[in-house]
Amino acid sequence: MTTLSLLTTRTWSRLPRRHVPVLATLVLLLVLYGVGVSQYRAFSNIQVIFNVFIDNGFLLVVAVGMTFVILTGGIDLSVGSVVAMTAMVSAFLLREGLPAALVLVIALLIGPTLGFLMGCVIHFFDIQPFIVTLAGMFFARGMCTFISGSSIPITDGFWTRMSQERIGNPSGNFVSISVLIAFAVVAVAAYTLAYTRLGRNVYAIGGNPQSALLMGLPVGRTRIAVYTISGLCAAIGGILLSFYTLSGAPLIAVGMELDVIAAVVIGGTVLTGGSGYVFGTVLGVLVLGVIQTLITFDGSLNSWWTKIVIGGLLFAFILLQRLIGIRYK
Amino acid sequence: MSNRTAGYRALTTHRLFWPIVVLVVLLAANTVYRPGFLSVQMRDGHLYGSLIDILRLSAPLILVALGMTLVIATGGIDLSVGSLCAISGAIACLHISEQPDQNSVGGVLTALALGLGVALVLGAWNGVLVAVIGIQPIIATLILMVAGRGLAQLITEGQILTINSDPYKAIGVGHLLTLPLAIFIALAAALVVAAFTRRTALGLIIESVGGNAQASRLAGIRSARITFLVYVISAACAAVAGFMMTANVSSADGNAAGLWVELDAILAVVIGGTSLAGGRFSLGGTILGALLIQTLTTTVYAMNISPQTSLLFKAVVVIAVCLIQAPGFRARFARRRPSAAAPAPVTEQPKEQVPA
Amino acid sequence: MTGSHPVLTMTGISKSFPGVRALDNVDFRLFPGEVHALMGENGAGKSTLIKVLTGVYGTDQGTVTLADEQVSFTGPMQATAAGVSTVFQEVNLCTNLSVAENIFIGREPRRLGAVRWGEMRRQARALLARLDLDIDVNAQLGSYSLAVQQMVAIARAIDIKARVLVLDEPTSSLDAGEVAQLFRVMRQLRDDGIAILFVTHFLDQVYEIADRITVLRNGQLVGEYLTGELPQLGLVEKMIGKELRVLERLDEQPRRAATDRATGTPLLDVHELGRRSAVAPFSLTIHEGEVVGLAGLLGSGRTEVARLLFGADRADHGDVRVQGSPASLRTPVAAIGHGIGFCSENRRAEGIIAELSVRENIILAMQAARGWLRPIPRRRQDELVERYVRALSIRPADPELPVGNLSGGNQQKVLLARWLITEPRLLILDEPTRGIDIGAKTEIQRLVAQLSDGGMAVLFVSAELEEVLRLSHKIAVLRDREMVAQLTNDQDVDADRIMQSIAAGAGHEGVPS
Repeated sequence: MTTLSLLTTRTWSRLPRRHVPVLATLVLLLVLYGVGVSQYRAFSNIQVIFNVFIDNGFLLVVAVGMTFVILTGGIDLSVGSVVAMTAMVSAFLLREGLPAALVLVIALLIGPTLGFLMGCVIHFFDIQPFIVTLAGMFFARGMCTFISGSSIPITDGFWTRMSQERIGNPSGNFVSISVLIAFAVVAVAAYTLAYTRLGRNVYAIGGNPQSALLMGLPVGRTRIAVYTISGLCAAIGGILLSFYTLSGAPLIAVGMELDVIAAVVIGGTVLTGGSGYVFGTVLGVLVLGVIQTLITFDGSLNSWWTKIVIGGLLFAFILLQRLIGIRYK
Repeated sequence: MSNRTAGYRALTTHRLFWPIVVLVVLLAANTVYRPGFLSVQMRDGHLYGSLIDILRLSAPLILVALGMTLVIATGGIDLSVGSLCAISGAIACLHISEQPDQNSVGGVLTALALGLGVALVLGAWNGVLVAVIGIQPIIATLILMVAGRGLAQLITEGQILTINSDPYKAIGVGHLLTLPLAIFIALAAALVVAAFTRRTALGLIIESVGGNAQASRLAGIRSARITFLVYVISAACAAVAGFMMTANVSSADGNAAGLWVELDAILAVVIGGTSLAGGRFSLGGTILGALLIQTLTTTVYAMNISPQTSLLFKAVVVIAVCLIQAPGFRARFARRRPSAAAPAPVTEQPKEQVPA
Repeated sequence: MTGSHPVLTMTGISKSFPGVRALDNVDFRLFPGEVHALMGENGAGKSTLIKVLTGVYGTDQGTVTLADEQVSFTGPMQATAAGVSTVFQEVNLCTNLSVAENIFIGREPRRLGAVRWGEMRRQARALLARLDLDIDVNAQLGSYSLAVQQMVAIARAIDIKARVLVLDEPTSSLDAGEVAQLFRVMRQLRDDGIAILFVTHFLDQVYEIADRITVLRNGQLVGEYLTGELPQLGLVEKMIGKELRVLERLDEQPRRAATDRATGTPLLDVHELGRRSAVAPFSLTIHEGEVVGLAGLLGSGRTEVARLLFGADRADHGDVRVQGSPASLRTPVAAIGHGIGFCSENRRAEGIIAELSVRENIILAMQAARGWLRPIPRRRQDELVERYVRALSIRPADPELPVGNLSGGNQQKVLLARWLITEPRLLILDEPTRGIDIGAKTEIQRLVAQLSDGGMAVLFVSAELEEVLRLSHKIAVLRDREMVAQLTNDQDVDADRIMQSIAAGAGHEGVPS
């Protein structure tokens, strides 16, 4: 029996490796916040945090969708364009006089439909997600300019109310409705990933698609589902963005997919799939938001530093994942 | 099967058949829409015309796509080329703008050398991440794709850096022997890359690594070195393209220069018949692909459709080309025409999978 | 046991693939509470039989009866649901998920659609306790050894009231301690009344755990035996097919006489070279002009020896001398530098580059050695390629054809040509004649003889003993990942002698016979 217990001893220390990246992100976030608080008095105002959420609510929602895709080991480059297209379609239909409720339904259907189609092409024809979603990105961006070459303002009552409603103390600390919607999306996504078969299948496919198939899991259906979910999240993100900007513009959210992917990776989700949490993605988005806020607070730094810092963080986290991956074997 | 149908089959199954057809159709559509489309006029000793414009405008894309072809042939991908274009262009423009005499040829050459040098260093960075550390290419080059934009803006300090240098400008809009200089530069780059790969054994070794990495290792190929090299070459090509883009407008915009060129370049490579899985590559096909994309853009523009809408067409082309290339799609297609292919060779299953 | 009623009966099973009759009227039965070893060499039909049983393949003829009911599964899922579960050689689980999840994913206990994690963990613990396995069900599967993962796979398989458990080479990557642990679990399950079909290449393991043995050869049933009544030598003979071979040999040319090539400083001298969980440390010398044959059953470590000598896998033990001076064979590049060439047994995955032409495939190794900056001039390429296309009669003789379009035998010749133009001092050929037609086979055998007469050393790996006997000067015998004997190929050595070595192993004097 002694040999047996020896054999069954885990070859690893008890600290679960899968939590290391998320913990690293949490530490990073606290350090960044600490730096902010120590440097700028106004930073400690709770509203600073709220503003990070208000400014990045739509990014958070889209990043949650991307988390599903990346967990299966895929990627979705179309999200930025789908966000823009959703905002654009909403603005256009509202200008045409359609009722707000109908516009919402239509706008929320476009993204998932496109995602579903892309998922089908990826699954049935076995084409790399990168290329398929690139086509989706071209398509959605093309649709934007097809609808209108210039920005369309939104004057609809429902939209303006959603945009201006302050929850909390309107003159003190408050958040927008978008933040609540974003939190709701996060909660639903976290529940789906942790407690439903779909969610667990997402992890299994990301871990080892062949095994998942041999274990009898619905690999194709799940794969199509994650691109549909990502499309839905991008659509919700587009609506939130249109609440935020009260317009639809053909060239808005260009390159947003990169920010989204960066947020997911910095949030500890492994780009090869199978490991990561929605909670990590929330942290990743917060890290991006806090960096932006820091750079805004510091007048001397310019906005491009955001990209450089994000690139550096991407590098650090990818390297971290790689190192953990090596130890894995 | 008669000779004629056999010849027809050989023609239609050639990997460049469909791209050429599409290109011809586009040109024909343009000619119908605008009868003067194909005409080329001589003005001030320079040739002008839509065809010349297409050639000139496609030059940067051809450059980037050439480097991308080699990367893709090894089974990799380089997302950072757009950012590299912006960085190298920005460095060159910055250096020129600091010269007392912006028209000095020496100053321009130094600027080019600087821009190229930085691009080579960044290409080496990509190469190290992929070949040495072993990060997936799409992820490794994503880092520079994101951070590179920031670096480019850092160099230009977020401004659009305008210069007034005739020698530099000539790279983009100059003429040589009645034709735009850019065409010659792209052609020269194509010849250099072709010579580099086909006159040495580099091309063969790239194809072998991309075709079967494991077999290549057992044949004694040091694939890491080759992988490293292709990212450096890709960066060099992107740098020259970046010079051309900034010279075209005599200014460097860290944000907009080379935006999305990586996607167009990948598209050009794929249209040109090089598989994204790696292996056989065709530089000629890539050039054809780049010309096709530029013709599409020009066509959309000429027909008074918003240039952004050309993305819609691109989306259709991407999907069509990928579907034609995809084994999954071909299998479905072939099932309906069972007699089409010659008898396949006896496929052996790997030993491990037939343990009985 | 014999008195009881079989839980599974397969009768008259035939299955053909284009050009191959994989199973020909095979019978197989499995009793509850027994471990039944299914034995056979490459192409015997073991894996086809398992795939027929688990519904991966349909049958052309024959019936499968499970617990008195005729069944015909359309897929592994259906088979599992009916109580026939399979665990494959590679652990088909997700190492990124927890142990409990790996057992239950796809059929998690749920309430209102939500996975009940607590309940799942509780059930997982109960199940693992049944296997006497004390591990943390919350831990990531990847944090445990392969053996534990294998047992989690078994736990997953037996959860659904399995009656038949198929273990397809579960031990091939486990070390001795891990195998012992697995066997303990197997005995436990056997005592619970589960019928276990066990496929392995390790003879010792068969004799340790199996109650009954069924031997297949070339798609046909050789026989079903009780383990106690079948000595090891008998088993080896039945697997390799001695009686047939004797007849075949009558009209063959006499095999090569052993010459005294093994003199002077050996070309290659390896001492205690080994790699954990691949092959136990072995010593071997190879002289110039000498053909050394590697004999042994499938999975005995033949390929592993070949790969270590070429640096395809890195040895973690032992040292190497090339022509008397210490050398390192850590990578293929290093081995090639010492004049070693290697044709992998796995032509498609590790040999040819299918989309490149015959010419490009042939010059690849030489070009790699020269470096990309010094291309072989096209005229020289054409010369070399033409010479070897003719010498090896590669068909079709078009050097610009993609090599993927050639038949297996011609692909093999292309690979031989790839190494021959580099003029190696030692050529390692791993199963160069497998899966190719008889004509090409003889040509390759003749070529090996010619090459060694010309002074090249050859390490020849083959599953066919005749081939090894006919070509080799010296034969190294492997058994269960261990080199158990080295025989000079003189008049006293024949197939019987080699089979005895395989059956006996090193120091196993007490062969049951």
